[in-house]
Amino acid sequence: MSLFDWFANRRKSPPIGQEQQEREIAEGLWTKCEQCGVLTYTKDLRANQMVCPECEYHWRVFSGDRIEQLIDPGTWQSLDEGLQPTDPLEFRDRKPYRDRLREYQEKTHLNDAVQTGIGQIDGEPTVLGIMDFSFMGGSMGSVVGEKLARAIERATKEGLSVIIICASGGARMQEGMLSLMQMAKISGALQRHRAANLLYIPILTHPTTGGVTASFAMLGDLILSEPKATIGFAGRRVIEQTLRQKLPDNFQTAEDLLTHGFVDAIVPRTELKATLAQLVRWHQPPQPSAPLVLSEPVPVVEGERG
Amino acid sequence: MKKPPLLLDFEKPLAELEERIQQIRDLAVESGENANVSDRIRDLEARATQLRRDIFKSLSPSQRLQLARHPRRPSTLDYIQAIADDWMELHGDRGGSDDPALVGGIARFAGRSVVMLGHQKGRDTKDNVARNFGMASPGGYRKALRLMEHAHRFGMPILTFIDTPGAWAGVEAEHLGQGEAIARNLREMFRFNVPVICTTIGEGGSGGALGIGVGDRLLMFEHAVYTVATPEACAAILWKDASKAPQAAEALRITAWDLKELGILDRLLPEPPGGVHSDPVGGANILKAALTEELEALLGMTSEQRCQLRYQKFRHIGMFLEGATPSSNGRL
Repeated sequence: MSLFDWFANRRKSPPIGQEQQEREIAEGLWTKCEQCGVLTYTKDLRANQMVCPECEYHWRVFSGDRIEQLIDPGTWQSLDEGLQPTDPLEFRDRKPYRDRLREYQEKTHLNDAVQTGIGQIDGEPTVLGIMDFSFMGGSMGSVVGEKLARAIERATKEGLSVIIICASGGARMQEGMLSLMQMAKISGALQRHRAANLLYIPILTHPTTGGVTASFAMLGDLILSEPKATIGFAGRRVIEQTLRQKLPDNFQTAEDLLTHGFVDAIVPRTELKATLAQLVRWHQPPQPSAPLVLSEPVPVVEGERG
Repeated sequence: MKKPPLLLDFEKPLAELEERIQQIRDLAVESGENANVSDRIRDLEARATQLRRDIFKSLSPSQRLQLARHPRRPSTLDYIQAIADDWMELHGDRGGSDDPALVGGIARFAGRSVVMLGHQKGRDTKDNVARNFGMASPGGYRKALRLMEHAHRFGMPILTFIDTPGAWAGVEAEHLGQGEAIARNLREMFRFNVPVICTTIGEGGSGGALGIGVGDRLLMFEHAVYTVATPEACAAILWKDASKAPQAAEALRITAWDLKELGILDRLLPEPPGGVHSDPVGGANILKAALTEELEALLGMTSEQRCQLRYQKFRHIGMFLEGATPSSNGRL
């Protein structure tokens, strides 16, 4: 079949019907943008790191996809994968915490809400922590605290930069005060990392709130954010209820934080890897250069002056 | 005249008994029949003591929460004035604000200069409005940091007092970086080379409490609470029903005993019978004795030892399983 025939045949076939379209969305072939409604071929959307090519809406991505997006292939070495959450308070709300944990573990194939590891970003070895919102809203309990603290300590020991992708509703209530104390634990590990003059960059993604905002999300030497991410300490609804007033749409967005001075730059996901690699490279201690050679002083010729 | 203490529901039988004792006493004085009623009064007083002990021994977490929030419960400034030999309050975050919900200054304590600071709830409605019910703004946390930095430079121990429903949740607080202000305190408090002792005197509400809560030692009064989120908020989120707050208070494990078990609390301060609000002087004495003792022990260490102690204290909080062996970092 020649190319011309192919075009001719294609013109003959009817446009994709509503029914077929819906079937293909259901099959995952196409994805309809949550924001602009435009249909994108799912493969293309994934190739664009789950950023809508039409409106730049940033879809939520799993921690595993983040590793693929940021880390050079074949260089990822995960840390402390065996850490498992437990139920220290024997907590039970409408459902036992134990059951919730099991359900999320089955659904996400993760042990808890963070993955940590060492990998290369454009050849720069870095310690990376990635929170996963799909596991109980990225909430921070003992496992999240312990894995991040260990990863930061490892970076301090090996003289590496730390990058943490934040995505969290805050502390995990089901582990009570143990969760709250993880904020201090991680901040303590970051204090030692900082004292060693090492670079830490949190990436704030949608959403970064509560105890995560009030600890490691805001402790970066540099703080980057994805566009339109919700970032805040107190929940928007809580503030609206307390103050009995409607808040503007841009309240607690990355853009709002940028204008108030709490974010260094908003970086689209498609540029994140290159930006991080560049920043890590720029913070490498200067290489010892060749000894400075002073040239002979050049005698000033009278006539050349003013 | 001393104001009568505000009554919580579970305190009522006790108050009724005490009222009856007073009535009998008054009658006896009027009629001049002191001798005849003294036996009866003694008997009733013994019953009152027993009743008080019984009531306060078996309080539920939500009853303790009520006690922790009791309007007559001594506040940070009450304690500072009671335990310090001398004291000067210092103001301002040097960034354009002075938050009355978080107070601090230099005090003379146990023969040395120390920095004392804490959340300040109001003593009455008007004062509470001015102090935002002890809910600090970013400027409050930055003032605290400035004072702690000062303590670090001049070798003064830091004593903090925790008593807040939580950090203030408002538009301005968000724009001024409530999260950043708390986060920075958490990190910097690990750096200070002077002894840091934190005491939860009433309500320890979440990140707003922890923002001045990173120390070598955590002390807590018997009826104080410390929570990851207020039971009301927790009930609204997890039970989708704010009226389930008592269940949430139970489930969240917020009492001093719970925290001791979880390896978070170092020292529990027993309260006088009937709680510190019924005997503020007694409460202050207990606090003073405990702080003096803890401070002395910490001053016997080098600053490296203290920083290591502080780091390891928090580093070991948490419970998880590792591999097949159920190991825990906590001390349960």
